[in-house]
Amino acid sequence: MSATSDQAPAVEPNVVELTADELIATEVRDREAKRAREERLLEVRGLSTHFFTPDGVVRAVDDVSFELGYGETLGLVGESGCGKTVTALSVTRLVPDPPGKIVSGQVLFEGTDLLKVSSDAMRRLRGKDIGFIFQDPVTSLNPTLTIGYQIAEPIRQHLGFSQRAARDRVVELLSKVGIPRPKDRLSDYPHQFSGGMRQRVMIAIALSCDPKLLLADEPTTALDVTIQAQILELIQRLSDEFKTAVLLITHDLGIAAGMCDRINVMYAGRIVEAGPVDMMFERPRMPYSWGLLDSLPRLDDVRGANLRTIEGLPPLLINVPDACRFNPRCDYARDICREKEPELTAREDDHLARCWATQPEGWIA
Amino acid sequence: MASFVTRRILWIIPVLFVVSLITFTLMSLTPGGPWAREKELPPQVVKQIQAKYGLDKPVHEQYITWVTNFIQGDLGPSYRYTNRSVNDIIEDGLPTTIHLGLMAFSLAVLIGIPLGIFAALGHNKLPDYLATGISVIGISTPSFVLAIVLVVTFSVALGWFPATSNRWGDWNTWVLPTIALAGYPIAQVARYTRAAMLEVTRKDYVRTAHSKGIRSRAVVVRHMIRNALIPVVTILGPILAFLVTGSFIIENFFGVPGIGDAYVTAIGGRDYTVIMATTMLYAFSVAFFNLAVDVGYAYIDPRIRYS
Amino acid sequence: MAADARTLSGADKVVARRSAGVWRDAFGRLRKNRLAMVGLVIVIALFALAVIGPTLAPWQYQVQDQDAIIENGFRPVKPFSDIAVQSGHFLGTDELGRDLFSRLLDGAQISMSVAIVVQLVVLTIGVPMGAFAGWFGGRIDNLLMRITDITYAFPDLLLIILLSIAFRETVFGRAFSGLLLVFVAIGLTSWVTVARLVRGQLLSLKEMEFVEAARAIGVRDRSIVTKHLLPNSVGPVIVAITLGVPGAILAEATLAYIGIGVQAPRASWGSLINEGVRWIRSDTHLVLFPAIAIATALLAFTFLGDGLRDALDPKLKGKQ
Repeated sequence: MSATSDQAPAVEPNVVELTADELIATEVRDREAKRAREERLLEVRGLSTHFFTPDGVVRAVDDVSFELGYGETLGLVGESGCGKTVTALSVTRLVPDPPGKIVSGQVLFEGTDLLKVSSDAMRRLRGKDIGFIFQDPVTSLNPTLTIGYQIAEPIRQHLGFSQRAARDRVVELLSKVGIPRPKDRLSDYPHQFSGGMRQRVMIAIALSCDPKLLLADEPTTALDVTIQAQILELIQRLSDEFKTAVLLITHDLGIAAGMCDRINVMYAGRIVEAGPVDMMFERPRMPYSWGLLDSLPRLDDVRGANLRTIEGLPPLLINVPDACRFNPRCDYARDICREKEPELTAREDDHLARCWATQPEGWIA
Repeated sequence: MASFVTRRILWIIPVLFVVSLITFTLMSLTPGGPWAREKELPPQVVKQIQAKYGLDKPVHEQYITWVTNFIQGDLGPSYRYTNRSVNDIIEDGLPTTIHLGLMAFSLAVLIGIPLGIFAALGHNKLPDYLATGISVIGISTPSFVLAIVLVVTFSVALGWFPATSNRWGDWNTWVLPTIALAGYPIAQVARYTRAAMLEVTRKDYVRTAHSKGIRSRAVVVRHMIRNALIPVVTILGPILAFLVTGSFIIENFFGVPGIGDAYVTAIGGRDYTVIMATTMLYAFSVAFFNLAVDVGYAYIDPRIRYS
Repeated sequence: MAADARTLSGADKVVARRSAGVWRDAFGRLRKNRLAMVGLVIVIALFALAVIGPTLAPWQYQVQDQDAIIENGFRPVKPFSDIAVQSGHFLGTDELGRDLFSRLLDGAQISMSVAIVVQLVVLTIGVPMGAFAGWFGGRIDNLLMRITDITYAFPDLLLIILLSIAFRETVFGRAFSGLLLVFVAIGLTSWVTVARLVRGQLLSLKEMEFVEAARAIGVRDRSIVTKHLLPNSVGPVIVAITLGVPGAILAEATLAYIGIGVQAPRASWGSLINEGVRWIRSDTHLVLFPAIAIATALLAFTFLGDGLRDALDPKLKGKQ
């Protein structure tokens, strides 16, 4: 810093090197500040991902938009096949191509459109600023490499740590995710861990470089119910600690209710309802959401009564007509539902829904 | 692991025993004898020969004699080449055959595996078509046809390599036989490696590696090739065994002085002792190579090593 | 109305998910694999040629057309030459005047017979062995595994040669001019793969609950195996025997090349090559065409087998 300069001093790195912990602490404070200012970490606008198959073009993700602020947890909820996983994969450009292709839209990550950057630039973000937790920990870890190596891989790649430094950090991470005797387990292989432990390893990998965004795709679906709670609690605790924004994908409403600040409901490749979590659960404004909530068994249900389901199956996403995609299964559908697809419009502040019936002019109050 | 290996080694003994039994039985069923030459020998001479070699004793006695001798390392005299013992014949020919087999094996591995990897990485593009094309030629060409083509092209037409040679042992005499022998295995290994790589490409842990932002090349080497080679190793055992024991056609064609050629001659000439000894040797090497590969496989797959 | 709503009400367009049977799915996938379909066509053509070819052939395989040879100066007739066309040997002849095309057809008959007979032997031995080993497990499994070890330890070609020579003079050995013996011998060395396959399938399937269920309602073991477990193995077994054919054809050709099995004047593609080698520089067709024939057969079965394997692979279900 030149004493004679009369410009505003440029931000220069400190001469004294910061330790990893200090770097992280600075980063966390930064995120906290941005969260307070309600700055947007991730803005997805009009994302469409299609799969080109011999049977036709499958519009797995169709014009999806949502936002995620720093440190926020957003739930992407829906049944199997509604496009939530593909959405997450699209954000990091991990969609298998062929047959998949992101055909339109923008994915603004801290202002930069990820869909337009070079693949090398994208690669540098992956693992470092964007972490991914996959659904099945059994198949998602390389069986021929030690878990110590696999966790250290992104650390050495992105942060340039030496082998020893990386090792230390890995031990740290392992204890953070709750794996006992981390030093001993560094050289163990994935098959020597239980399913729950393996998922903890996945979490350690995803969080190894302290990412700003964590994409968690059904992180507990493949696990025992008893372990599920532990893993979810772990994710929540860590993301709170480091102010990591989380996009949580799940089909389980209970999980979403417990962890998320906001919820987006997806159906057949579209977002059909979006809003803060309490609003979604107290005053949902879309028949599909009602069906979802209704299908949850309750403690005060009459014994022996049938479980309530939504009849039918989601539609194939090939040759989709211009109609509400839920209408075949909807008890409230009318002609307009079959003729034109509703837009995502506001109900209350910050609460959007895609339904003709629940619109102010609609037939459901 | 150690017990696994020991058990396998111990199993080889009874297997070899049964093999020798079967071979001996088959041979005793075979008409003719080592003395059947073009000219019919007078019966008294035949009787004498039989007595000399103990061939007039009952079959099971002969077998027991053979086994006893075998255990002591005496493989018996050759019936055709009366001045040489079987031990001599084997000593002369075995190293050459093994040498040829190992060289062909090295080619199969050093060419076949990279070929398969390139094909898989350039899937449905030029590298794939090229490599697959080569494999296709390899698996559809019997070794003797390949040998013929090689000789016609490189020996007769171009004169680069000798078709056969009296001065066996010069480096250029090895070239054509090795290539002819290795053609089919190279193609097999390449196809198998390609399939294994393509399989691995679809695995979840490859996606995880990409999601960590690892460089493509590192993903390929550390995550893909490593895992793809594991199933490939399983076919290397039978291939090596085949290369060492099945080379007699090539040996015969190129005049390679190995035991493969001696074996075929022995079968034709009913040279029992040679047949027995060589069969035992072949059976042993097959068992040995398969075991070596199984051990290697158990070693490189951590799921087996640490369980 | 909501219940049958897979097909969209009123109109039309949102298509319900097709649910197809396992076999229809697989056949659909096979059809899309062009190489495999080409292989299938060639295989069918080869079988057709093998069955009706020799009767339709212009010449009997052993007939020596003396006139053509004399006219040609006692040398093999070259294919597509004037003499060839005139005397009706469009693919040429060997030095004895035997029509190459007709002999190739004879070879086709032999190779296709190899394919069938060998695989029949493989199925007859391999499936029961594997089934017993897989179902009963324990000591029987052990015993059967030892038998496969022994078979494995025998270098294939050598065992075949030994068997061929040992039984050559017997009735069995003389059937079909020695070919039956060779085919059976080849089969005897190749059943191990199928046996292991079936064993593996049974080992994993018998732990499944539907087996327990079947037992609970009193279904006999034998029925469980034959009606439930074996049918599940059909797919991989079909793949295995299709992919086993090239090896069998190759073995037969190699044996014929060294003079075991087929005897002149019958013509196996391998023996044709043997006979043709000495003319290789001047009359390459005598080696070239049989070699092409072998290559075609090997490739056709290999591509078909690959295609079948991909088509029946359950992991590909749902993917493209």
